[in-house]
Amino acid sequence: MSEPSTGETPTPPKETIVANVPTPEAVTAKPPTVVAATPPKPAAAPPKPTAKPAPVPTRRFFLLSWFGSWFSAAWIAFSASMVGMLLGTVRFLFPNVLAEPPSSFRAGFIRSYEENKVSDEFKDQGAWVIRAKDEKNRDIIYALSTTCTHLGCTPNWLEGEKKFKCPCHGSGFKITGINFEGPAPRPLERYGIEVVGGEILVDKSKKYQKELGQWNDESSFITL
Amino acid sequence: MAIGDFIRNSQVWKSIFRHPAPRDRRNRVVVMLTNVFLHLHPVSVRKSGINLSYTWCMGGITFFLFLVETVTGVLLMFYYRPTLEHAYNDILSLRDVATLGILRELHRWGAHAMVISIWLHMYRVFLTGSYKPPREFNWGVGVILLVLTLLLSFTGYLLPWDQLAIWAITVGSNMARATPLMGYEGPGAKFLTIGGVELIHSRSDARFVLLGGSFVGETALLRFYVLHCVAIPLAVALLIAIHFWRVRKDGGISGAL
Repeated sequence: MSEPSTGETPTPPKETIVANVPTPEAVTAKPPTVVAATPPKPAAAPPKPTAKPAPVPTRRFFLLSWFGSWFSAAWIAFSASMVGMLLGTVRFLFPNVLAEPPSSFRAGFIRSYEENKVSDEFKDQGAWVIRAKDEKNRDIIYALSTTCTHLGCTPNWLEGEKKFKCPCHGSGFKITGINFEGPAPRPLERYGIEVVGGEILVDKSKKYQKELGQWNDESSFITL
Repeated sequence: MAIGDFIRNSQVWKSIFRHPAPRDRRNRVVVMLTNVFLHLHPVSVRKSGINLSYTWCMGGITFFLFLVETVTGVLLMFYYRPTLEHAYNDILSLRDVATLGILRELHRWGAHAMVISIWLHMYRVFLTGSYKPPREFNWGVGVILLVLTLLLSFTGYLLPWDQLAIWAITVGSNMARATPLMGYEGPGAKFLTIGGVELIHSRSDARFVLLGGSFVGETALLRFYVLHCVAIPLAVALLIAIHFWRVRKDGGISGAL
């Protein structure tokens, strides 16, 4: 069906030009109007009556009948269960219970902290508890995360050089946690800290980043 | 009646090898076609196919090293326990106590060599233009095999559970935090929220599921062990079979089509 029609469409203009126009002088004026309207129709009409007799089946309910069959219902149920199993398997890989240390811990009494001293006592819990002066010259206690802001190694506090030094790639941080050497792009993060019944409580589920202005938050330090 | 003839005429022999010895061309073909392992290899190759200055045999060496890693790896599994209590000491005991504990060194050096040889194989395929149609699909399979080889290397890196292993995997897995959409610090993750609840956070992202926790601990060791010993090798073995099959289907090991 498609081959003859595509084959004919380029040709009719040439035939009609020859048939309709007796003299070459009129060629320039007439073809646009005459050619487009009338001549193609008689050319295309004759084949149609011969091809038509077969009734065209309606496709209106084709998809509906397909999806309504038991066969398709079975396929849909099977596919859905397979997708469900796949999603369930992915979910299975996410543990619900972790045997990890609790996110908050007690860090002793305020009076046990001396000025400009870094306590390594809670390094296993992932925090240094420090008493030092901040940039506004306030005497504060704060808890710094032991996770290097470069790629997540654990730096060491070097008492002699008064700095945190990461063994992996050499990032250095001052006692305030502010980065000053090596590849670390930002200061160490502070954890939430508060005094409960005279004792310091460090909450690792809360993080405060200096570059976001979060160190101004009251719960990121204890004022002495 | 030589003993050889007695064996070759026995029912046991004939049940295994259903054709005569490969002395003529026809039987050489039959041997290849009736063996599940040999039939991955073409019945015949061009002379240029064994020209080492062209192929460097780097793909073959990589496959050989994969077999070495499989055999030595299975043997190491008899001594190694992936727990915090035992992992490091088991590695030390392989070095100090076990007879032929050098198998562990073979496994380690073989792994290094495999990473090098697979890169050189890729380099050769690129230089000879062997990635071009109709071999582009096999190039894609090869790239996946390269990634899986690197992942095998990465997962195996953690298993000795020494300082180098722990911190290297800490650094490596932290990169997963920046995975697009699936890492909580990656691009697009902030947009995946439903009603203000973040779908991707530090306890639900790609790094978390890789480590099975929030830091490189015992759960990470176990996951890397399973990935290293079972999951990735199975995927690699499957893809190697496809890779070899497509080499012969796409026009042979080397030379013009």
